Amino acid sequence: MYGGGYIFDEPNGKQLREEQLHDDPEKLVAFEERITRGEKIEPGDWMPAEYRRQLIRLIEQHAHSEIIGALPEGTWITRAPGFKRKLALIAKVQDEIGHGQLLYNAAETLGKSREAMINDLLSGKSKYSNVFNYPAKTWADVTVIGFLIDAAAIVNQVANAKGSYGPYCRALERICYEESFHLKQGHDAFIELATGTPEQKAMLQDALNRWWQPIMHFFGPPDKTSQHSEKLMQWKVKMASNDEMRNQFLDSYVPKIWELGMTLPDPALHKNPDTGRWEYTDPDWNEFFRVINGGGPCNAERLQVRKWAEEEGRWVRKALMNPTERRSLPVA
Amino acid sequence: MSNDSLDPRVNRLKLSDANAVIKVEEGENWNVYEVFHQEKRGAHHEHVGCVHAPDPQLALVFAKEQFARRKKCVNLWVVRSADILAFDVEDEDMFANNLEKNYRDASGFKVMEKINKFKQSK
Repeated sequence: MYGGGYIFDEPNGKQLREEQLHDDPEKLVAFEERITRGEKIEPGDWMPAEYRRQLIRLIEQHAHSEIIGALPEGTWITRAPGFKRKLALIAKVQDEIGHGQLLYNAAETLGKSREAMINDLLSGKSKYSNVFNYPAKTWADVTVIGFLIDAAAIVNQVANAKGSYGPYCRALERICYEESFHLKQGHDAFIELATGTPEQKAMLQDALNRWWQPIMHFFGPPDKTSQHSEKLMQWKVKMASNDEMRNQFLDSYVPKIWELGMTLPDPALHKNPDTGRWEYTDPDWNEFFRVINGGGPCNAERLQVRKWAEEEGRWVRKALMNPTERRSLPVA
Repeated sequence: MSNDSLDPRVNRLKLSDANAVIKVEEGENWNVYEVFHQEKRGAHHEHVGCVHAPDPQLALVFAKEQFARRKKCVNLWVVRSADILAFDVEDEDMFANNLEKNYRDASGFKVMEKINKFKQSK
């Protein structure tokens, strides 16, 4: 779900060594046996080149999503309705930035520097979750993001926390613990609007209608069109298919939307009582690819703001930098 | 450059061209420090993760923001990741040991049995 059109390069422009191009078949067998036994892979351990590249891609893009995801919400801190909502929103935005830091650290243990990841984000080479390319027009949008986007992210993160790479799992455990507050405060704000005045209900319904397609896009394209995820599932990099996670999300959250008298803009959406699975109108996947490739309403602004932060903060970072210091990667 | 963001603060920024190339230099994000968290006085400091910082003092400040936002914390340690010395993972077998180790365990010494035997023999 944090995927996209990212072409893999060796981190920091280094050339691959011979043994990294062709995995030692004996080591590969031992590696796969470890994963089957449920062991965690740690930074110093032998791992197939493809496992490492896919993990860097996944964790890096997850990190970018946390940082960029804080932008549409941060926008609303100054305009949050009331002191309690403002405090909660500040806390949530700070958490998201913290999650980005934890995830960048986990990705760094695989050998790609923080600077290289930021450069790939700024150049548009590396992607982030597509939902953040849409604007948060009203307070109800912030409410829908806080409740449903965070709920969807939790479904994904709880699954990934059972994956095979130790540093990513440990980061996700801390993240999931903090996200439970994000979800609860989002649900609370959602209920307040849904049970409020006719204007509040109308505002929430409008936000739901606009966000439903991006939410359906959130877990990525349907399994029937998704490529080469079998190996990633075996290596416990990907823990559940896109459709499985989407179904799990619908199962948990559609009833919570309907019970408050709100509707969703898909007349075909229902749970099939025979299969126990949700059926729905396929969202427009061409729109998904158009937005992920830069055509969304906010892609340009998100990266411009991110570039502004890097440029304006540079003098502070440089003033504090000690260029002769021996640098290293995180140890775990 | 003007832009039409929904965020009034964004509209006040002087944002560069969307196609401008901004590149962060290697080293600009400083060094890595490992963070150890202490939950209460007298408890062990436990490794919880790491932060990027230019020096140990700021590493402590960032560690507080990152790892002491919620759960109880009374102290933090930070140490440069480069200063951590660890065994090679490949050498894990050096920790394999003989399971028969009651010679270094309290249960390996049957004092009472010997005392009772001595008392009965009197």
